[in-house]
Amino acid sequence: MSKKILSRKGPDKTNLIPVHMVLIIMGVLCAGAFLLVLGSSFQSEKEIQQFGYSIIPRDFSLEAYKMVFTFPEMIFDAYFVTFITTVIGTVLGVFLSASAGYVISRSDYRYNRILTLYIFFTMLFSGGLVPNYILMTQWLGLKNSIWSLILPNIVHAWYIMLMKGFFKAIPEAMMESARIDGASELRIFLKIVLPVSTPVLATVALFYVLGYWNEWFLSLMYIDDQKLIKLQYLLMQILKKTQFMNSEAADAMTASGMPATEIPTLNVRMATCVVAVAPLLVVFPFVQKYFVKGVTVGSVKE
Amino acid sequence: MKIIKNKISLGIRNEITHFKKNWQLTAIAIPAIIMIFIFNYLPLYGLIIPFKNYIPRLGIAGSEWVGLQNFEFLIKTGTIWDAVFNTLAYNLVFLFVGVMIEVCVALMLYELSKKAVKVYQTAMLVPYFLSWVVVAYVLNTLLDKQHGILNNIITFFGGSEIMWYNEPKYWPVIIILSYLWKQVGYGAIVYLASLSGLDSAYFEAAKIYGATKLQQIRYISLPLIRPVITIMLILGIGKIMKGDFGLFYNVTMDSPLLYPTTDVIDTYVYRSLMNVSDLGMSSTTGFVQSVVGFILVITTNHIVNKIDPSNALF
Repeated sequence: MSKKILSRKGPDKTNLIPVHMVLIIMGVLCAGAFLLVLGSSFQSEKEIQQFGYSIIPRDFSLEAYKMVFTFPEMIFDAYFVTFITTVIGTVLGVFLSASAGYVISRSDYRYNRILTLYIFFTMLFSGGLVPNYILMTQWLGLKNSIWSLILPNIVHAWYIMLMKGFFKAIPEAMMESARIDGASELRIFLKIVLPVSTPVLATVALFYVLGYWNEWFLSLMYIDDQKLIKLQYLLMQILKKTQFMNSEAADAMTASGMPATEIPTLNVRMATCVVAVAPLLVVFPFVQKYFVKGVTVGSVKE
Repeated sequence: MKIIKNKISLGIRNEITHFKKNWQLTAIAIPAIIMIFIFNYLPLYGLIIPFKNYIPRLGIAGSEWVGLQNFEFLIKTGTIWDAVFNTLAYNLVFLFVGVMIEVCVALMLYELSKKAVKVYQTAMLVPYFLSWVVVAYVLNTLLDKQHGILNNIITFFGGSEIMWYNEPKYWPVIIILSYLWKQVGYGAIVYLASLSGLDSAYFEAAKIYGATKLQQIRYISLPLIRPVITIMLILGIGKIMKGDFGLFYNVTMDSPLLYPTTDVIDTYVYRSLMNVSDLGMSSTTGFVQSVVGFILVITTNHIVNKIDPSNALF
């Protein structure tokens, strides 16, 4: 890699200026757009009403954030549900994909082909919205259950295949010695295979974390209980305005003598969005390496 | 005699260890097998709903068979065609424009040092980490009627405010830009990875013979990453019946006035199920979507297999 880059440097280096210009523009557009929300969250409500949203607030104001945390129950509940579903979903999901991926990576496993097909088929064909809705609400009775936010997304054929590719590259000799000592397959999987596979486990875990943290569709489908809504769904409700005005927070404000009409909705909306997204945006630049690796591995054909 | 006996017992022992191994491996995979069965295979039973007059109280089995009545109704009412057209048109644009831009970005990044790649990639991946809900917030700061930045700019120059969320004609552009904005950084990774995997000897040889950068791209880079592009196109064609629900539902704020240009099959099915509770219509549409999607993947893969088996998906 380094050799190749070196060899490509040199005489045509000057040609790269337009390339940099194009990429800088694209990069600024991509990374900068969220600044619209961030900037607006630091505006005062009066300023938004008068001058509209802005990336750079005229008067830097924390008013919106104070409002968000004045009645924190709503957002804390949503944070809690998001956090719990993300943790449980990621741990279970990684374990399930790893176990299935390991088994189909073993070419000496008798049902290798049929199991691979069983998993792969789910990438090609799915029942669609209505059958899934009936499954969840009528057969499994998971409407308004926290499990409805976890289980439907817990196994992904794609992640299993990604794991399989990694496990296949583990040298057979590592497992052979344990096998001679009479270790069971489960023991080999848990004690030998998983410990040497942390890179792929981390990568897949990242995909799960991203998926569960940003998930809102399952809430939209299966959750009515305000106690069980996730951050992203809370954001959807707020964007549709109605919810915030009718919520407990608004009631509480009215009760405490503050007229509900004076809720600085616009900047609070933006501040809530920032609060919901912040953990991901702070963490992901640091773990991006694993993420890119995962996408790359996934693209390499078996 | 003794040797044969030994051989037999060895054979049996082998058989036993094989059985033990297969049994143990199966046991490891069982939890995943069960979960896949429940959440991916059980719903397939629901695919017979379109052939029935489904009444939830009676269940799927208890409801009466009605043949193709639901399908006839779906075609006769014809409200679905706009959504079908939108789904196909948007996905085709996403696919071809997307791949083109992604490949261009990858080709540009390929010329840069590792450090520069990392900086640009980090910036361009930001939108991918945001959900469509958050993208809807971003767009709202731009498009809001009273406080939006675009309308502020328009009125500043003496124009009159545009009701963005009521005007379907602007939305094809908004939708396509939103999609590209969110997707391009992610898509480029794949092509950059396959470019990085190429043997640098090709480029060195080309340089010695005086090939320009554009010639190198045209005659070396592009032909060599063609397999990856093909696979991505196949995967895309397979998903062409599937509208990105998050994009079309959130970013448009589900504004009914925008349906003419923003309604896709998935939002249509969702509405028939959740708002109208029309299970016949929604399940029938979903059925067609699943089956046609499946046929498309299989067919495109088959075609690619015929032309060049090494490029096929399976």
